[in-house]
Amino acid sequence: MRYLVSVIDDKDNPGSTDRQPAISTFNDRLIAEGYWVFAGGLADTTAATVIDNRGEQAVFTDGPFVESKEYLAGVWVWEAPDLDVALKLATEASKVCDRKIEVRPFQ
Amino acid sequence: MSDVEAAITRVHHEEWARVVASLTRRFGDLDIAEEAAAEAFATAVERWPADGVPPNPGAWLTTTANRKAIDRLRRENKRDDKQKEAQMVYDGPPEPLGAIDDERLRLIFTCCHPALAMETRVALTLRMVGGLTVPEIARAFLVQETAMGQRITRAKSKIKAAGIPYRVPATEDLPRRISGVLAVLFVVFNEGYLATGPDTDPVRHELTAEAIRLARLIRALMPGDGEVAGLLALMLLTEARRTARVSATGELVSLEEQDRGSWDAALVAEGHRLVRERLASGIAPGRYQVLAAINAVHTSARDVRDTDWSQIVALYNQLIRLDPSPIVALNRAIAVAELDGPEVALAAVDRLEDALAGYHAYHATRAEFLRRLGQSLNSRAAYDKAIELAGNTAETAYLTRRRDQLVAGSSEAG
Repeated sequence: MRYLVSVIDDKDNPGSTDRQPAISTFNDRLIAEGYWVFAGGLADTTAATVIDNRGEQAVFTDGPFVESKEYLAGVWVWEAPDLDVALKLATEASKVCDRKIEVRPFQ
Repeated sequence: MSDVEAAITRVHHEEWARVVASLTRRFGDLDIAEEAAAEAFATAVERWPADGVPPNPGAWLTTTANRKAIDRLRRENKRDDKQKEAQMVYDGPPEPLGAIDDERLRLIFTCCHPALAMETRVALTLRMVGGLTVPEIARAFLVQETAMGQRITRAKSKIKAAGIPYRVPATEDLPRRISGVLAVLFVVFNEGYLATGPDTDPVRHELTAEAIRLARLIRALMPGDGEVAGLLALMLLTEARRTARVSATGELVSLEEQDRGSWDAALVAEGHRLVRERLASGIAPGRYQVLAAINAVHTSARDVRDTDWSQIVALYNQLIRLDPSPIVALNRAIAVAELDGPEVALAAVDRLEDALAGYHAYHATRAEFLRRLGQSLNSRAAYDKAIELAGNTAETAYLTRRRDQLVAGSSEAG
């Protein structure tokens, strides 16, 4: 099964900023063990733009997470046999990133 | 109840979980398994009175349920890719299970999966393993039937969509996962034992009985696990006092006031046997085993005055090391009051105010200590607070009587 693994940060209580070496090591392991599909850290929420073209003309606004306390800081996509495996990895990922992690299956 | 009805009830108790578990294994879908099992039992209710109870009712039900499931799949005739994918998760290579290979264990561990919210685990376990109907579960937890139905449906969808596996966890995860299962049973038992809500029965026997039945099942499946034995013993020793615990007028009867002759001797003996078995194992006990041992000490005393309070305080000291929660500290203080007097115990309880100010038992315990210390006014205020917070009808009645027994205007020690 394929899972979207979201790294959630908190503006009031942000995770530490020195995690990159640990995350790189963790990524190497995900690749070696065959779980890794994709990974990427995201720029600050202020850099996001929302486009709504459901009406007569497209409207551009700032990202939806600019005002919110919690926001998406990065994502992985993992391939794992079941949720138990994904949760075990996510438990480690939370320590490695020093942030909360959401695990959500693709349809 | 006719013989056939009695047989159906018994078979339902004995076979429901097995039928659901084996169908889940075969079809890779809890929803199909649940529906087909329910239809098979409905067919039994229709047919058995005329045809007689089959010689092997479990096999009859499994075969019938399998046919119902296949009928449904043919009817739908759209086993989409999603379901095939789910099937692959469920039909993975067999895991080494050793002595505890039983389909029902997979079912229990799946229903009690930590990725499900506790209230969801409780509902799903009662439905899938216990075989209670959705209306029965809704009634037991005082929620609307539709809401309970949705909770169970959402849980089944999550299990399928998120890929929660249908298997017994690996050995290294087993202790943690077993404690998750036991937590579910403890919630069921406690909701039965200390039922909440105005105008509800103070004890809901169907829930305590169901929790014990499920604990016995898990004990049969995992006879070597100390905490499983501990929780079963704890439930038995608590259940043994059930009828003595509520008076004819619906008031809670405290442990010291209970008619010990009315305790269920068979349940007490069974509980004591389990506690002795665990002591003899020489393996350090977990939380449920220590709680069971505390209850074993209480139920060993023929008269409340024979209670070995020093032993109980020693067990609470052990429990606090395993579970340093304020509620354990509160219960320890109650034993300390018997051993060292209410003044020492009150000081210990007062230190818990920040954590327990919203908990009725904190105020009830303080009220009792203050009463013993002759501080009637303070005691009355504490009883008032406890009554305000208590949710169990028998407890409210008991606390009200205790409060009203206080001597009005007695001197205050301050």
